[in-house]
Amino acid sequence: MTELLRTRGLSRHFKVGGTFSGKRLHAVDDVDLTIDAREIVALVGESGSGKSTIARLLARVYKPTTGEIIYQGRSLETLRHRKDLLAYRGDVPMVFQDPFSSLNPAYRVKHGILRGLILHRPDLDAAGRQAEAVRVVEAVGLHPAQEILERYPYQLSGGQRQRIGFAQALAYRPKLIIADEPVSMLDVSIRIGLLNVMAALREQEGVSILYITHDIASARYLSDRIAVMYGGHIVETGPTEAVLGDPKHPYTRLLLSAVPDPRAPLDQEAIVDRGDPPRVVDPGPGCRFRGRCPLAIERCGIETPAPRELAPAHAAACDVAE
Amino acid sequence: MPDVQPPLLSVRDLRVEYATAEDPVVAVDGVGFSVGKGEFVGVVGESGCGKSTMLFAVAQLLSPPAAITGGSVEFHGRNLVTMTEKQLNVLRWRDFSVVMQSAMNALNPVASIATQFADAMAAHGAFTKAQIAERSVEVLRLVGIDPIHLKSYPHQLSGGMRQRAMIAMALLFTPDLVIMDEPTSALDVVAQRALMIQIRQLQARLGFAVVFVTHDMSLVSHFSDQLLVMYAGQVVESGPTRTVFDDPHHPYSRGLLDAFPSIRGPRVPLTGIPGSPPDLARPPAGCRFQPRCPVALPECGSTRPALYRVGPARSRCLLDAVQAEENSP
Repeated sequence: MTELLRTRGLSRHFKVGGTFSGKRLHAVDDVDLTIDAREIVALVGESGSGKSTIARLLARVYKPTTGEIIYQGRSLETLRHRKDLLAYRGDVPMVFQDPFSSLNPAYRVKHGILRGLILHRPDLDAAGRQAEAVRVVEAVGLHPAQEILERYPYQLSGGQRQRIGFAQALAYRPKLIIADEPVSMLDVSIRIGLLNVMAALREQEGVSILYITHDIASARYLSDRIAVMYGGHIVETGPTEAVLGDPKHPYTRLLLSAVPDPRAPLDQEAIVDRGDPPRVVDPGPGCRFRGRCPLAIERCGIETPAPRELAPAHAAACDVAE
Repeated sequence: MPDVQPPLLSVRDLRVEYATAEDPVVAVDGVGFSVGKGEFVGVVGESGCGKSTMLFAVAQLLSPPAAITGGSVEFHGRNLVTMTEKQLNVLRWRDFSVVMQSAMNALNPVASIATQFADAMAAHGAFTKAQIAERSVEVLRLVGIDPIHLKSYPHQLSGGMRQRAMIAMALLFTPDLVIMDEPTSALDVVAQRALMIQIRQLQARLGFAVVFVTHDMSLVSHFSDQLLVMYAGQVVESGPTRTVFDDPHHPYSRGLLDAFPSIRGPRVPLTGIPGSPPDLARPPAGCRFQPRCPVALPECGSTRPALYRVGPARSRCLLDAVQAEENSP
């Protein structure tokens, strides 16, 4: 498969506390993530683990503190012209978590889609834009498209609004859609519908998707590859079935044991969590999971573990795991 | 069931209406269930199906335009619906307490935990400062928070700790019933599971009953004794939790169960439930689930199903009516 986007040592730190506190919050540290063409990668982790910061770095809302993002072989640092940046933003759009606040309530649905088309598809005339708007609305499974385009956001349900979010992204002919918790605000019963839409977009439109979620079961349903984040680090990556079937990192194991599964009996032996959230303000060296880790050894507090490949294409940032 | 003791809470034919400019909207329509001492009852359904309204009605917390227009809520054999505010205030927090949805925001951001606990205790009895301090430390220890946090403000606590502080507050008087409205919805799975296990342990130790409302059916699967599935203001299926999960009868329960992917077993394509819940101002004439139902019969469009008995469970589906008749002598 051809590589579409890669991050190299991507980090983003934020100043916290007063002006002179000098404290830095390490939201994302040293992240190497690859996304291939037509691939769905799930980024999984608890709240505060840095998932959304990665999304915003990729969407160029933030600039990286250190490290770089390489898109189609070219570092984003070298994109200087407005035209290049515009092209990148059209290629890598973002879909937001909250469908109730991400659409402007004062405009009809078509407004957002047509504006994107004017900006990113200058080749189309008015009739072409209208036809494209209809096409993308149908592609996300909303019918009748003509009627939906004329509606206001308040006339749509949460699931329909989130589909409009994807339709807007799709209008730019994107290569990679960054979907930041797109289903977490939706009811359980309609989540699956949207996950199926995402799968269909990959099949029919050939886009890659970075699916950011804290719901590991939906990550399994949708993704080819999974990356587990903890405290700003990616602690484990690999093919979805390999990671979930044979989790290597102790955090991945904890996460998996906590997922409620009504089809299975309650696992009384399941790992019981003991401990606090990771320290991400001036964390210093060492594994950030060590305070909660059942396997922690002395070395975990001295050296930050680097990802090691423990099975084909399956790596974990743990010095103890086998 | 050979239950000689009267249930702790018995809700019968509860009906809640929201007054509107046109006809009133019936948000809760003939809901009935009972909660035994120390029992854990889960209530599940999509948003907009009346779960929270039903809870508010049980706790007598509804405010206009919503009002209870029928049925009874008997707690310790006394009907809460007909009680005056004064009578209710004696029971509230001492005998039953409520943990609100998004407990994260239910705490006062400008008051320390100790102040909020003291407020709650002072409002429901006369206590000395020493008694209040002692009890506050006790309940915080119960939920596994270091009593040092009594001096903390809500923003200094993590999301999970805030939720647990809310539960600690609900346990100040060791009530017989704690009503919880999606207390875990803002937490990630690890914190969620830890909290559920803790609620269960506290229950075993202190013997209170729990009514637990959630939209995530999988969450209560291992923790609740009885399960109510609500749809469009009605109970569509009820029964022992394991029975409902292992052998769901109502197509809506089956749909809900099939709506979330599993992390084990083969990866299978899922469909979810098409469409959305009906507008309660204009509910469908027959079965309320009929427009979304994959197995609807022609008569489902006109006949209103009752709750039919199916084994230990009950289901509001015409398909189960046939079975119920065959089983009855």
